[in-house]
Amino acid sequence: MEPVLPLFLLVLCGVGLGLVLLVLGQIVNPRRSSRVKRMPYESGVDPFHDARRHVDVRFYLLAIAFLVFDVELLFLYPWAVASGPAPAHVPAAAVVASSTVETDSAPSKVADPSPTTTGARNVAPGIDAAVAAGTVESRHFVFGGTMVFVGLLALGLVYDWRKGVFQWR
Amino acid sequence: MAIELPKGTLITQLDSLVSWCRKNSLWPMPFATACCGIELMATGASTHDLARFGAEVFRFSPRQCDLMIVAGRVVMKMMPVLQRVWLQMHEPKWCIAMGACASTGGVFDTYSVVQGIDRFIPVDVYVPGCPPRPEQLLQAIIDLQEKIQREGTTWCREFSLPERQKLPRALREEV
Repeated sequence: MEPVLPLFLLVLCGVGLGLVLLVLGQIVNPRRSSRVKRMPYESGVDPFHDARRHVDVRFYLLAIAFLVFDVELLFLYPWAVASGPAPAHVPAAAVVASSTVETDSAPSKVADPSPTTTGARNVAPGIDAAVAAGTVESRHFVFGGTMVFVGLLALGLVYDWRKGVFQWR
Repeated sequence: MAIELPKGTLITQLDSLVSWCRKNSLWPMPFATACCGIELMATGASTHDLARFGAEVFRFSPRQCDLMIVAGRVVMKMMPVLQRVWLQMHEPKWCIAMGACASTGGVFDTYSVVQGIDRFIPVDVYVPGCPPRPEQLLQAIIDLQEKIQREGTTWCREFSLPERQKLPRALREEV
């Protein structure tokens, strides 16, 4: 119980201060409302339409296509970093983290549950080290997994193209 | 006072306590239309450090502000905007006319420029200068703090005084 007491006091003070300030604000503040005060704030000019407008569905398609390739880039960067030799000036923890992401993401694209992320945490950085430690089968395996991932997304791009998502009509 | 208080006890009035809180946590609404705005930014920046007076939290929504700093000339077309922003600020609220243009129209003695914003909204402190130096704006804020401490009330009665309501303004603050 003893180590929890400071935490409890902290939570009590935080919640208590919030409540006290809310109540004080209710008591002490003057409340004067007017028509102008209730207007929506549009930098002082008249609001000329409703805030909830229809947005063209083409923006949605473009946004989805963008998001897919954005996430693809996000996955490719750790792979690229882990593929090279580990630079000496990078702290080991950062590189281990990136190689963890790599061993986690790329092989999972080929639905292979065997590589474990826990094993990658206590080895040296990079794919080569992961291969040496036995957490990944080989460099080619990782490369193949990444290519399958990229290929699937390229297939999606072709599909988008054929469907005419990139034509603004 | 007849009550025996322990040594070291401070007594005060609620009005004075609330005003003390308010004057040290002014949230400015920057209405910067001209070169005075640059000095306003300099006042908020690290060299002059408006935060020493608790007034560094510039907000761009009138709902959150209680000090409007009109920095620069205001043209007639801009006046409805200024007025609406002022009316949308909640009491207690104060106004500083920063610079010659906001205070009097300055060198722009012409039909299109408002010859002092106090023709339309109530102004608490005028800052002379073209543009005023940041130290002058700091002095204005110190003066305003003194004013708040002197006449501030908890429920903002000073904002509904007849003499204040009689101040010239085009748009009445109707309820």
